[in-house]
Amino acid sequence: MPFIPHTEEEIQQMLDTLGVTSIDQLFDEIPAALRHDKLENVPTRMSEMEVSRLMHERAHQDRSGLCFLGAGAYEHHIPAAVWEITTRGEFYSAYTPYQAEASQGTLQLLYEFQSMMTQLTAMDVSNASLYDGGSALAEAILMAVRANRKSKARRILMPRTVHPMYRKVVHAIVKNQGITIEELDFNKQGGFTDPASLAADPGDVTALVIPQPNFFGVLEDVDALTDWAHQHNALAIACVNPTSLALLKPPGEWGQQGADIACGEGQPLGIPLSSGGPYFGFMCCKQDFVRQMPGRIIGKTTDLDGKEGFTLTLQAREQHIRRSKATSNICTNQGLMTTAATIYMSLLGPAGLETIAANSHANTMLLKEKLLDLNGIKAVFNRPEFHETVVSLARPAKDVIDQLAEEGILAGFNLADDYPELGNALLVCATETKTEQDINEFVEKLAQALA
Amino acid sequence: MSNIPEDLHYTKTHEWVKQDADGTVTVGITDHAQNLLGDMVFIELPEAGSEFTTGDDCAVVESVKAASDVYCPVSGEIIETNVALVETPEVVNQDPFGDGWLFKLKPNDEGEVEDLLDAEAYKELTQEESS
Repeated sequence: MPFIPHTEEEIQQMLDTLGVTSIDQLFDEIPAALRHDKLENVPTRMSEMEVSRLMHERAHQDRSGLCFLGAGAYEHHIPAAVWEITTRGEFYSAYTPYQAEASQGTLQLLYEFQSMMTQLTAMDVSNASLYDGGSALAEAILMAVRANRKSKARRILMPRTVHPMYRKVVHAIVKNQGITIEELDFNKQGGFTDPASLAADPGDVTALVIPQPNFFGVLEDVDALTDWAHQHNALAIACVNPTSLALLKPPGEWGQQGADIACGEGQPLGIPLSSGGPYFGFMCCKQDFVRQMPGRIIGKTTDLDGKEGFTLTLQAREQHIRRSKATSNICTNQGLMTTAATIYMSLLGPAGLETIAANSHANTMLLKEKLLDLNGIKAVFNRPEFHETVVSLARPAKDVIDQLAEEGILAGFNLADDYPELGNALLVCATETKTEQDINEFVEKLAQALA
Repeated sequence: MSNIPEDLHYTKTHEWVKQDADGTVTVGITDHAQNLLGDMVFIELPEAGSEFTTGDDCAVVESVKAASDVYCPVSGEIIETNVALVETPEVVNQDPFGDGWLFKLKPNDEGEVEDLLDAEAYKELTQEESS
């Protein structure tokens, strides 16, 4: 779709028609007190050349090298075809077009994406994506508050095993909406949310968040947690890694009734790490809750001539119609990232994704075994893990990470800030991209750093 | 021209209220309202037993064009909802004053019903809005 700016002449014609003298005048009804004249921390302007230079400098601040760092963003092999196809002119747009139905190809692609996500999660419906994993979880919580009409408490139980940054994002988005987030501590031996530790009589609970795998890479007892939520009239919100779903039981099959909402970060599905974004969030739910689901949903239909077509459905609750009562104020999706993910999943197929998940798990287990052979390294948790594990070091993790970075290795994520009770704990990850030689090199350098 | 039965009470937000013999009231949306909204695709009803005060949004009628709130015409407790509408929302279009009723409510103060608009006043309101 071409971008055609208005000419000065056209702008003047429009202003004349409206009977105003300037564009600023159109904003007069916004009280001065609410208007930001200057954004003090934002430079007024930069030329393309200056911006390009600044961005190159910033890019160099990223530590690159042999990556054993996961913690929410994972290095997977992305077949070259994924971005070759994604960046073709036909696909290369970040948006669902405003005249959506004029872009049948884009809509069909999003429809295929939704179909793939519902298969992966075993849920009934999927939306066309959200911004990222953290905001998807916040949206899932807002959705649960709308959807769980048996609950009046607006009270959410959030395990501390959920990604710390997701918890911060959730807090920022829901804190002023009269919603209480109660954190649940984790079992110190297992690194998981022990269902036995949950209250037998918790009172009015709106929803329970269930991460799988959790931030430590540990597998939660998702069946017991889901059933506990449903026994207490709470909804079960699954926050899942999509790659892991190729191996693990999908949220739609958790417990007796399955999770009610499943969300997560889509980056592992063909999106490069690229300094932390753009990524995309995904969200799926049971059919019963589809009208409370935020974001865009693409449906398949037939036109007047009986031909197959794709259309935006369930728009009636979006903000251009419902304003402040809309299901979300983020009524858009991450179109380009979703395009890449759809192509990635198409190229791999279910068997390919399963191989990647299995190899990532095997590499992490191999890494863990070799690390635990070293002096000064201990396992922290004793439960099964997917493709990350927590080890405790004889020295502060931050020092070890810094030292290994000098040698071209990203050693993992330092847990000391978010989980000080775990001591010198390091979260490490080895995806399918790592060879045994890579793992040996990491183990060797880490041994030197700890010696 | 939309139908405005003489024996009902009305609100400015296009709900109708029928005083039942047992002291409860039946609430729906008017013919005028369903005409403006167009084909209904989903009706979200309140939970029986929940309480609302006058003006609270207590139901949502969703048409192909828009999802609109239904406001509680008088304070009270929801006694019964028209669950048949979940499967057949189009009944609200076909028979807004009959089978298309939304919920029955037990008013806290029966005097509140008398304060609502009568058919004549509601007719004037719809004429003003469309002029």
